[in-house]
Amino acid sequence: MNAQVEAQGEAPGAHLKTHGTRRSYLIGLGYAVILTLASFWASSTDLIYPSGVPILLAVLAIAQMGVHLVFFLHISSASDQTNNFLALAFGIFVVGLTVFGSLIIMTNLNHAMMPMDRLMQMQR
Amino acid sequence: MSATGEALARSAEIPLSLRGPAPTRSVAGFGFWLFLLSDIVIFAALFATYAVLSGETAGGPTGAMLFEKRHVFIETACLLASSVTCGFGSLAVQRADTPSVYFWMMLTFVLGAVFLGLEGSEFGGLLAAGAGPTRSAFLSAFFTLVGTHGLHVSIGLAWLIVMLLQVATLGFQPMVGRRFFCFALFWHVLDIVWIGVFTIVYLGAH
Repeated sequence: MNAQVEAQGEAPGAHLKTHGTRRSYLIGLGYAVILTLASFWASSTDLIYPSGVPILLAVLAIAQMGVHLVFFLHISSASDQTNNFLALAFGIFVVGLTVFGSLIIMTNLNHAMMPMDRLMQMQR
Repeated sequence: MSATGEALARSAEIPLSLRGPAPTRSVAGFGFWLFLLSDIVIFAALFATYAVLSGETAGGPTGAMLFEKRHVFIETACLLASSVTCGFGSLAVQRADTPSVYFWMMLTFVLGAVFLGLEGSEFGGLLAAGAGPTRSAFLSAFFTLVGTHGLHVSIGLAWLIVMLLQVATLGFQPMVGRRFFCFALFWHVLDIVWIGVFTIVYLGAH
């Protein structure tokens, strides 16, 4: 009886560790520090071809976000995390749509717009 | 403990559809995770605004002229360190180890407050230099994006004080543990947003 009550009140998995360990936080900190230092270095060095710097910064930032998700937020593709993982995937989709969609549309509009000085001349 | 072990062993054989409702902690965590993702979508809209307007300085100062990388580096270090101390704090909450919880969560609070102080001094300096949000579209977008992040950090600090008071008055009830769990998620997500801020706004300044 007691076991039944326990099974109903606290469903299986309630006692599973979802917080990770001290070690996982320290590993995450190590990766995050390396990636942060690399970002700051990449933005101020002359060693890299200037046009490549933004791409490198984007790669480093996405890598660091991944490190934070895995080691700090403990997102994984484990079976008890399916819902969290799917929601994250949808979130990333919406974020990508918002950011890249806005950039593409606004660049296109800027390109199609008459230069500002000519517009001013016409209004005179 | 062994009863839990048996329950776990049995749960592996029960098909998913017959296992009954998920534990409250998982449900609360999932709901809060959905809120955080919608918060991230708000930030995505602000990032998109900033990216579109970052070149529109209206003859005013550009990002490269205004931002100090050393300052941003210290801010980044504070937030990253506070994320880790928050993680250690959550582990202490799981062990119901009161002195550790106070120690790590106070450290988290101090690091977050230092971050906010640095951001406040940066904003003050910009305003004093005549580079306020009214100067150009670029600065409006900058203050909105970075200010919204700072607002979230302030809310997080207020929440942390409330949680510490709850530990003092209610102890480690399951409900307090769940709230701490949600707070830790919130705090880690703020750090993830900050990665985007320092990469796009400060390091990508041109």
